[in-house]
Amino acid sequence: MAAPAAAPADAQSQFPPPKVLTYPAAAPPSLITQGAEGRLYKTTHLLPDRPCALKYRPPKPYRHPILDARLTKARLSAEAKVLDRCRREGVPVPAVYAMDPAAGWMMMEWIEGIPVRAAINEWLGARRPPEEGAEPSAEAADDGAPLADLMRRIGIAMGALHRTGVVHGDLTTSNMMLRPRGEGQAVNGCVGGGDDKAKVLEGEVVLIDFGLATQSMSDEDRAVDLYVLERAFASTHPRAERLFATVLESYKDTFKKAPSVLVKLEDVRMRGRKRSMLG
Amino acid sequence: MALERLQLEHIPPAYQVYAAFFRDVANTDFLQAQLLARNSEFEYAFVDASSVISRLHLLSAVYSALNALLDGTLRTPNVHSEIVVSLNVNNNIADAYRRWGITPGKTKDLIVVKTQETIWAHLTEHVHGTPAPLTDVELALATDWPKIRKYYRLNGVPALERLADEGARRKEGERLAIMGMALRGL
Repeated sequence: MAAPAAAPADAQSQFPPPKVLTYPAAAPPSLITQGAEGRLYKTTHLLPDRPCALKYRPPKPYRHPILDARLTKARLSAEAKVLDRCRREGVPVPAVYAMDPAAGWMMMEWIEGIPVRAAINEWLGARRPPEEGAEPSAEAADDGAPLADLMRRIGIAMGALHRTGVVHGDLTTSNMMLRPRGEGQAVNGCVGGGDDKAKVLEGEVVLIDFGLATQSMSDEDRAVDLYVLERAFASTHPRAERLFATVLESYKDTFKKAPSVLVKLEDVRMRGRKRSMLG
Repeated sequence: MALERLQLEHIPPAYQVYAAFFRDVANTDFLQAQLLARNSEFEYAFVDASSVISRLHLLSAVYSALNALLDGTLRTPNVHSEIVVSLNVNNNIADAYRRWGITPGKTKDLIVVKTQETIWAHLTEHVHGTPAPLTDVELALATDWPKIRKYYRLNGVPALERLADEGARRKEGERLAIMGMALRGL
């Protein structure tokens, strides 16, 4: 096969890119992030004006090649199946554009916007000076409204996910994007439309990174999912910790079994994420 | 001239794609006979336009087939038949030919895809139809949505039923179809 000489040999790719990215494209792929199991590139799908995210699970040299190939394929397929299921049920997740499970890559819809983590931090950062002022009580309740509204939208997104029988497995505010609403979509459902500061928290909550997701309908698994987010939230945004109750409040009304998941969450809080004391 | 040359992302320049769209094709039985006879002069991907939603939908199948070609993992005799098979959501090849391929008596509007070489003169000589531009607007005129919904299992899908706007519903239907193709056989 005629491998083109013009492979993206930029400085940032200290790792060899997957074979699919060695073929020419209008713009070179850029490495967005790297996890323990895989890497995420931003590139294009079919046409130069169609951005996509390419998730690549590189082969692990320390595993037996046959086992490695099988695990990579199984994990990527499982992720794609979960995304397909969510998308069909109307849960806000990225669509899958193309994939090659044997080669370990998957192209997904590129979600515009910033992670919820960044949005919350920006919002909290911008609000810091007035908080040290003289009258905290008068403004505080009103000022927290856009953030509380975001919390509600997170709760609704999680409820939609759990209703379809999927648990995410790694919910954090980094694994949720805040996608700006397009011209076609109505800009309602958001409070404080005119406020510049509040704009940071506007947009549609889109869940991403389903690498650890599983299909499960059990209250236990769903409660653990909520617990993981609660802990992540408390450590990433300690100043907004009390607002997490709003997430659970809106989650409660999203599907029939939600209240019993919240009851289970009490148990999980008492003992931690692991059910068995043996592991 | 209605032949279009396309260069897809992540595909070497040697594998350029040529595509044309013909409406009201009169000699589908002749064209299918050439395919069945494995006539190498007629090594084209003939795609029934009624089962195609848009350019993106078509190109997704072309990309998937080219990727298999580059990888050496073709499941069918050549890249052109692979394009037809790539439109399916499962690995049933005969089924794919029947649904997306050329069917005498049924196929009216035909998309022709060829990689690596130009074909216009040969095509206009043998495909008896009206050349049309391969645009989303033209393609939409030929799309048979009840068929698309059946082939891509889109009936009763909550994500589509909640959308009130017809345009938005088609866009999401296109996305789900492409997703189904990407997950073929899983």
